[in-house]
Amino acid sequence: MNDLPTLDWPTAVVFAPLAGAILAFAWPRRAAGIGLASVLLTTAAVAALALRVLAEGAVVTRLGNWGAPLGIDLRADGLSTLLLAMTAGVGLFVSLGALDSYAPARADERTRRYFWPLWLLLLTGLNGAFLSTDVFNLYVMLEVIALAAVGLTVLGGGREAVRAGLEYMYASILGALLFLMGVGFVYLELGRLDFAGLIAAEPAPALTAALALMIAGLLLKTALFPLHFWLPGAHANATAPASALLSGLVVKVSLYIFLRLTQYMPLPDELLVTLMGTLGAGAILWGGIQALRAERLKLLVAWSTVVQIGLIFVAFARAGQVGLAESWKAAALLILAHAVAKAAMFLSAGRIKDEVGHDRIQDLDRSPIRPTLAQFTFALAAISLIGLPPSLGFAGKWVLMEGAMAAGYWHWVGITMIGTLLSVAYFSRVLAGFLRFDRLRTPVAEHQGWALADTAPLVLALAALSLGLVAAPILAFMEIGYPFGATP
Amino acid sequence: MTDAPLLPLFILLTSLGIAPLLFALPERSAGLRTAINLGAAGLKVALVAWLSWKLSQGVIYDLRFTVLPGLDFNLQADPLAILFIALSAVLWFITTVYSVGYLEKGPHRARFFGFFSLCVGATVGIALAGNLFTFLLFYELLTLATYPLVVHRGTAEALRAGRIYLIYTLGGGLVLLLGTLGLWILAGSTDFVPGGILGDVAEAAPLAAQLLFLVLVAGLGVKAALVPFHAWLPIAMVAPAPVSALLHAVAVVKAGAFGIMRVVYEVYGIETAQALGLTAPLAAIAAVTILYGSLRALSQDDIKRRLAWSTVSQVSYITLGVALASPIAAIGALAHLIHQGLMKITMFMAAGNLAEGLGVKKVSQMNGVGRAMPGTMAAFTLAALAMIGLPPLAGFVSKWYLATGGLEAGQGWVIALLLGSSLLNAAYFLPMLHRAWFVEPADAAPGGLARRRIGWMLAVPPIATASLVLIAGGLANAPFSPLEWTRFIVALEYPQAAFDDLPEAF
Repeated sequence: MNDLPTLDWPTAVVFAPLAGAILAFAWPRRAAGIGLASVLLTTAAVAALALRVLAEGAVVTRLGNWGAPLGIDLRADGLSTLLLAMTAGVGLFVSLGALDSYAPARADERTRRYFWPLWLLLLTGLNGAFLSTDVFNLYVMLEVIALAAVGLTVLGGGREAVRAGLEYMYASILGALLFLMGVGFVYLELGRLDFAGLIAAEPAPALTAALALMIAGLLLKTALFPLHFWLPGAHANATAPASALLSGLVVKVSLYIFLRLTQYMPLPDELLVTLMGTLGAGAILWGGIQALRAERLKLLVAWSTVVQIGLIFVAFARAGQVGLAESWKAAALLILAHAVAKAAMFLSAGRIKDEVGHDRIQDLDRSPIRPTLAQFTFALAAISLIGLPPSLGFAGKWVLMEGAMAAGYWHWVGITMIGTLLSVAYFSRVLAGFLRFDRLRTPVAEHQGWALADTAPLVLALAALSLGLVAAPILAFMEIGYPFGATP
Repeated sequence: MTDAPLLPLFILLTSLGIAPLLFALPERSAGLRTAINLGAAGLKVALVAWLSWKLSQGVIYDLRFTVLPGLDFNLQADPLAILFIALSAVLWFITTVYSVGYLEKGPHRARFFGFFSLCVGATVGIALAGNLFTFLLFYELLTLATYPLVVHRGTAEALRAGRIYLIYTLGGGLVLLLGTLGLWILAGSTDFVPGGILGDVAEAAPLAAQLLFLVLVAGLGVKAALVPFHAWLPIAMVAPAPVSALLHAVAVVKAGAFGIMRVVYEVYGIETAQALGLTAPLAAIAAVTILYGSLRALSQDDIKRRLAWSTVSQVSYITLGVALASPIAAIGALAHLIHQGLMKITMFMAAGNLAEGLGVKKVSQMNGVGRAMPGTMAAFTLAALAMIGLPPLAGFVSKWYLATGGLEAGQGWVIALLLGSSLLNAAYFLPMLHRAWFVEPADAAPGGLARRRIGWMLAVPPIATASLVLIAGGLANAPFSPLEWTRFIVALEYPQAAFDDLPEAF
């Protein structure tokens, strides 16, 4: 590749974490240092890429100069870059939190050894998926992500985590298989696999079947109700930084691919759009009820992920086939909001569990140890997930409800409001306990906080809370390179 | 003419900006915490004074940036905003002094003062909001900031009250969100503009405009404690006294009443609201709330609970004055926004002093407390008499304008309502005064009730606010009195009213 003209940021974004993963695996004693350096490097590359996208519009890289439809193209438009930035930002702060969680005093040798390679491999897959422009490449990235994510699920956990990890693996393999079958159908019908080919294609039964297979696989991977069965266990039993990555980032990839695919291959019937929204509504209700009944903090947080996925699908469905481009903006905002807030929430829940020694919601207020800063972070993250202003979650919900009301789809407005009330109910179960003191016999040891480990989730929570104030520029950035328009 | 456009932002930051600082301070740095609190509160009073001076010179403040496509975060210093932030600035200062005295040596002070200043900051934001969208942001912030204050004591009872408070206020917030979205979709704007923005919509789609009004008032009515959304207010009484004082005087209930004012005057415009037939039902709800609150207050033995029911009733005077759609009644409503704040904060601080100094929390225990705490009880008495409407105290001024406005609007029943309400006020306040001053304590030790010293930080604030009650009433026609300022505002909202004809004095 001696004809590489300038520093190629999309390539760097994919290969910096890959190189880190290999190095960290080969040199486990330096894994943390290598990991952090590699994450920092990736973040810098994403920042550079974002600046370039902002200045010049979408950036396309042809790996090895082959070009579509034969070679692999990486393309960064506004939407991709935004999700890359989300991944980089969340990943950076989760890495900082992980430095503490996997410090020698807290985690065993194996956990410390494997976390960084797995996480960097995951980052490679995530970044690759966001930049992919053909469905086969997407499939490969999905497999990479699944491999790393299953590893992270079982890492450092007990029997429960292994069992949940296995369930997750089965779901993941099945989802990937379905997706791969869809890819095969596309190839048989069109003889090519790139997005441009999909857009140019005439509607055909084989393509409809391909779309159905791919969507089924993606819904399984993203845990849309009723295919969510694997999620709560996997996300609740992993260690906190892993949960943050799984809930914040991993489920977003399949959502993102879903958004892209339905853009390039419109769903043949509006009824299907409504079906997606209905499943989302089911997720909001069922997940909400389960979160109300959850006995453990991390399980509650995991069920809230099921709810939020549902909300994103309601956002997707809320304006029907006609207003899809608008719906996707709401969905993309909610994806972003959930990633940042949920990472903050899992990290702070992990901190609370570490400090108090357990995460039984009932008994949290009996503990004289009150990790106030982690509790405060949890509350801030909850504000964004509930969707109260000025958080990013609020901005997403505003765009969602605005579109639904303008289109006269009152059922989506209603389900969003019910979801909001449910989320207030299940989060206040936890938050009220933070402020309860009369069940203590001993003096309270407050202000356990201000440890460095609390800072990473706090920064994320503050970001989730305040980014809503710049929702307009975020929305404008998202549209660079017309991800929602006709030409890719 | 625009000058120093960031001034409103600075005023906002004097409260919001210090909150992180207060959260971060260690529990034991009491001196520094007090210094920050009082410094910021004092600075804010000065900045508000400067702002109102600039405003009277014709300077316009308008700060905005885009949050969502087409929607701005907008701070505007208009005369109505100044009225509200002046009230909150002065009362914040006084309440801060009181809180420092009240919570001295108590637990969780860092948390308390952090949320306390967030709460006041939210109030400032509500006052300065230049559109309903910005208003909504601060309206929700207010809910979130007050919840930890309400449950501050951390007991099961406090948490139960907090839960009810949260259900009501967040529910109301959600309804207001729906209303804001509806306004945005119907009118393509959420700006507060004197004369309203819904005139065209009201002609094209009157039913939609009426429904929207219902949603907006329901969302705001929760905080304004309009019947049937009032139940949270008496329950929220478990909060510490300074919190109750602030909640009832400036923060929560006023935010609701202020919002109703903005919606009627500057979203709909009084003429449109009248043409749509919206003002009469609103007046009826306010009237019901006034009577119902007073009736319930009669039977409360707990002092703070009686005061709370009285707030339910008194705050609706403001809504009533708005809904009567007469410029004179509007003056009464705006003046009452200030006057009720001064009167009620005095009474809550006095009630707190009784509990702190004498352990008296019930009306039935009030025998002879006047002799034990003459200063506190004098302040309480003055405020109670003002509430009843004794001339020339502040409450009388409000009631006078409301009654005159009612007559002007051809709504004679308002006189009867106000008379009835005043009688009820007297019926639940006078027995308290009677016990305090004229009944001997039944089982007291020789030399009066057992008492604890309460210190100047508790003793002085109610006396200060009681003096303001006296001044606001007695000097109602002086320049820069609340009443004069409200005339100025009403002239903006009712451009057609011939102000030379308005009664100069009463």
